[in-house]
Amino acid sequence: MAKKIHVTLTVNGEAQEFLAEPRELLIHTLRERLGLTGPHIGCETSHCGACTIDMNGRSVKACTVFVAQADGADITTIEGLGGPDGLHVLQRMFREHHGLQCGYCTPGMITRAHRLLQENPAPTEEEVRFGMAGNLCRCTGYQNIVKAILAAAAELNAKEAAE
Amino acid sequence: MIPPAFEYHRPTDLASAVGLLAQLGDEARVIAGGHSLIPMMKLRMAEPAHLVDLQSVGELKGITVASDHVQIGAMVTQSDLIAHDGLARAIPLIREAALQIADPQVRYVGTIGGNVANGDPGNDMPGLMQCLDASFTLTGPSGSRDVAARDFYHGLYSTDRADDEILTRITIPVPAGGYAYEKQKRKIGDYATAAAAVLLNRRGGTVSFASIAMTNLSDMPVWSQAAGEALLGTDCGTEAVTAAIAAMLADIDPQADNRGPIAFKRHVAGVILARAIARAWSRT
Ligand SMILES: Cc1cc2nc3c(=O)[nH]c(=O)nc-3n(C[C@H](O)[C@H](O)[C@H](O)COP(=O)(O)OP(=O)(O)OC[C@H]3O[C@@H](n4cnc5c(N)ncnc54)[C@H](O)[C@@H]3O)c2cc1C
Ligand code: FES
Ligand code: FES
Repeated sequence: MAKKIHVTLTVNGEAQEFLAEPRELLIHTLRERLGLTGPHIGCETSHCGACTIDMNGRSVKACTVFVAQADGADITTIEGLGGPDGLHVLQRMFREHHGLQCGYCTPGMITRAHRLLQENPAPTEEEVRFGMAGNLCRCTGYQNIVKAILAAAAELNAKEAAE
Repeated sequence: MIPPAFEYHRPTDLASAVGLLAQLGDEARVIAGGHSLIPMMKLRMAEPAHLVDLQSVGELKGITVASDHVQIGAMVTQSDLIAHDGLARAIPLIREAALQIADPQVRYVGTIGGNVANGDPGNDMPGLMQCLDASFTLTGPSGSRDVAARDFYHGLYSTDRADDEILTRITIPVPAGGYAYEKQKRKIGDYATAAAAVLLNRRGGTVSFASIAMTNLSDMPVWSQAAGEALLGTDCGTEAVTAAIAAMLADIDPQADNRGPIAFKRHVAGVILARAIARAWSRT
């Protein structure tokens, strides 16, 4: 067994430090070591996007990152965006517009959509579809996911205009 | 899907990275974005004992655009390529192609160096670089050398790069005229069933320059000199395009797989090339 390395991460604003084998996949670190079970494992082969997290300002599939590569990174998971006591606009809009059915893809969808809206605050429908192409959903047929993201963008922009 | 154990190294400059490869020998592999290598390690098709992570090597970053050429560091990601407006003005073909690679998450981390060094015929950048007549700079223990993209590929996962060399930089002459990257895939995020990169220029009504490369239609990218020559001096009409497609079909060697049988791939290759030529010509 290769020797363990010392890893430092900032996850949802909190500093984390631990020893880990370099080959540990970041998705396992988050789910099993840190108990953040929001990011899901759908395919484990880099295709479905259920494991999407935000790492250093980019949407990343956590099943395809070694914890060693992430050492020093700033990570946000769905838990860091909002929760039962205060839903993020995207979470609220997914609920309002039926952007989820079984919910398995939803944490990855919302975490990805959050980064998409950071980069492009007023996307067209086509830009939303293109920007969300790394996230698969087996239930909804995507229509309501796209609607929810567009509604969240509209609300965020209205809020900004009012301020 | 647990990858094999390895020791991890994160050098902060090129000399240390090259030194590590020299010291660790063929037990070591470099890792860039990891989006080809990690899937291979999960399948245990690659079991490197040491991984040398290039993420902190500053010399491998950055894009510089000069009047007649562009230089791109190996660790530049596909999303960096897409976002760079100066690059898009100089060589719009690169943005057009990069937008057709994988999906947003993969493009944030997948690097141009990893894409061209990987040696997988499914990768889009190798054919693109052959079309553009790019050259790759390789740095090893005894210094640096440049290899033309058109000479770099030897076969499946076999390239001109020695185990102790790092691909550091890509240099591309700025082309004139029209361009197109056309890719047929089963779904967004899929590798090509067939893809074509085309550069064309005109003098009056005739083709004065043509460069054509095809992706995922052989065990390596195919720069079809004969297909380009079939267009030279013509009006780029139906007859010339038919001749170019016939020449291209003589240069490719697709294999049957889950993207379809050989006859289908040859058919798609012809359709894709015709579309790419038409779009490139319309942009001259
Ligand atoms: C779901 C999915 C879809 C994809 N779709 C496409 C697609 O449509 N088209 C496409 O082209 N690619 C596609 N890819 C591959 C993706 O673009 C990869 O990221 C890319 O091929 C490799 O880049 P990387 O930086 O991730 O390299 P890595 O995976 O880190 O490395 C790949 C190989 O190159 C070597 N290497 C890396 N950098 C260097 C260097 N500087 N010098 C020497 N050797 C080096 C490594 O040792 C390794 O052997 C897809 C990947 C996924 C997961
Ligand atoms: S679990 Fe990571 S992409 Fe599917
Ligand atoms: S809601 Fe079930 S997979 Fe998307």
